[in-house]
Amino acid sequence: MKVTFTVNGAAVSADVTPRMTLADCLRHELHLTGTHIGCEHGVCGACTVIVNGDAVRGCLMLAVQAQGASVTTVEGLSLEEGLTPLQEAFKHHHALQCGFCTPGMLTTLHALLSEEPDASEERIRDVISGNICRCTGYVPIIEAALDARASYQQARGDK
Amino acid sequence: MKLPHFEYEAPGTLDEAIALLVAGDGMARPIAGGQSFVPVMAFRLAEPSMLVDLRNIPGLNKIEIGAEGVRLGAMVRWRDILDHAGLKTALALLPEAIEHVAHYQIRNRGTVGGSLAHADPAAEMPTIALTCDAVIDVVGAKGKRSIRAGDLFIGPLMTSLESDEIIVSVLLPAWPATRRWGFQEFSRRRGDFALAGVAAFYDVDASGLAQNAHIGAISVGDTPLRLTKAEAVLNGRKIDDATIADATAAASAEVDPNGDIHASARYRKALVGTLLSRALNAAANRKA
Ligand SMILES: Cc1cc2nc3c(=O)[nH]c(=O)nc-3n(C[C@H](O)[C@H](O)[C@H](O)COP(=O)(O)OP(=O)(O)OC[C@H]3O[C@@H](n4cnc5c(N)ncnc54)[C@H](O)[C@@H]3O)c2cc1C
Ligand code: FES
Ligand code: FES
Repeated sequence: MKVTFTVNGAAVSADVTPRMTLADCLRHELHLTGTHIGCEHGVCGACTVIVNGDAVRGCLMLAVQAQGASVTTVEGLSLEEGLTPLQEAFKHHHALQCGFCTPGMLTTLHALLSEEPDASEERIRDVISGNICRCTGYVPIIEAALDARASYQQARGDK
Repeated sequence: MKLPHFEYEAPGTLDEAIALLVAGDGMARPIAGGQSFVPVMAFRLAEPSMLVDLRNIPGLNKIEIGAEGVRLGAMVRWRDILDHAGLKTALALLPEAIEHVAHYQIRNRGTVGGSLAHADPAAEMPTIALTCDAVIDVVGAKGKRSIRAGDLFIGPLMTSLESDEIIVSVLLPAWPATRRWGFQEFSRRRGDFALAGVAAFYDVDASGLAQNAHIGAISVGDTPLRLTKAEAVLNGRKIDDATIADATAAASAEVDPNGDIHASARYRKALVGTLLSRALNAAANRKA
């Protein structure tokens, strides 16, 4: 089946079997391997991508269900050179070690903070409860997210 | 695991969707958020010939609050319930329970209709529907019918739906102002399926006594359960420490849960009592 959508602002199309997940389509058809696949049944969060503004599990959505959608992957968090403030904060706080969970953490937190730039620590903890990290112990990730809020507040137009 | 092969259609009307289900002769399945059914297929617990995606059918994602109660369209997502300001006053038990459903990303796609049809005894929505005497409206090849929640859930992951029937909406009857309620569940990690959970409400009559008690339990049976013995303890009594203790004992005694790697049967029995006691305390201390 042919499916057409946008990824990181660019129109793409792929010829996929209906059983292909969006995560596999991004990785194997569109060669965007930033999106990671851990469990393939919705429990680890590594595959998180943003579809029409909402963070979703890329392994629980079919590529054919993305028809017409606007998809953002970790590669597209910034369309400019260099790291985004959220990514800088991850670097600063050592919020990644092996990096396997990182694309899912970044896309999840980017979706959250874009919508809720004032998210509390409790809210951040609740939101990343669906993302498993075997390395960091989560604390540095939460610190990075709390730090990055300022840039999202600024983007919203706060002083 | 990669998914099995299937065909895929996303029709624009209910009639077309039903025709595709009929043509599939039991092997075609609806798909809504896919947050339960994609894992089910990944584990090869189902290998449908076709998925009929409900996402292009208009009108299934409405939340309506009216005199008869709260009507949720089948394609209403968990996220929509949590974002809806009106529900927090019209039927506060619902958002309180749905906050416990899964994680952020899953709440962006998982739906009310999908959860009711999936009929997981560990899920929140089926027990809320049962506790609130909800009525589920479905459409199939033979036309429309309304199913009481108590008649929908017939076993673990089993419902009385025909294979060509699609859930359209669920009605949760309106709440009187005198209603007191509580919701409690316990899971190892926020968002995981509950080891046990309890939803409870009762109305307070003119003399301050509880009437019309409804208690539903999550994760302690093959289906969502009503705890009728504990309900009987509450009716006609003042909800004080002694009544709560009696209801708690009745609840623990009347459930017969299975043990698994997450929790033993004995633990779950005790947990149901503890959760009911917390829910009733919350109810008794809540202003209407
Ligand atoms: C990691 C993880 C954790 C989770 N934790 C929880 C939790 O704590 N509590 C909880 O309640 N749920 C939990 N879920 C499940 C989640 O809430 C699902 O979204 C929900 O149970 C099913 O909704 P869906 O729209 O995704 O349905 P789908 O997966 O699309 O469908 C589920 C079933 O319903 C059928 N169906 C779907 N829509 C209709 C309809 N309108 N009419 C008839 N049949 C229909 C499908 O054919 C399928 O059999 C979790 C899921 C995951 C992956
Ligand atoms: S790969 Fe999608 S949640 Fe684990
Ligand atoms: S950094 Fe290794 S899993 Fe998170």
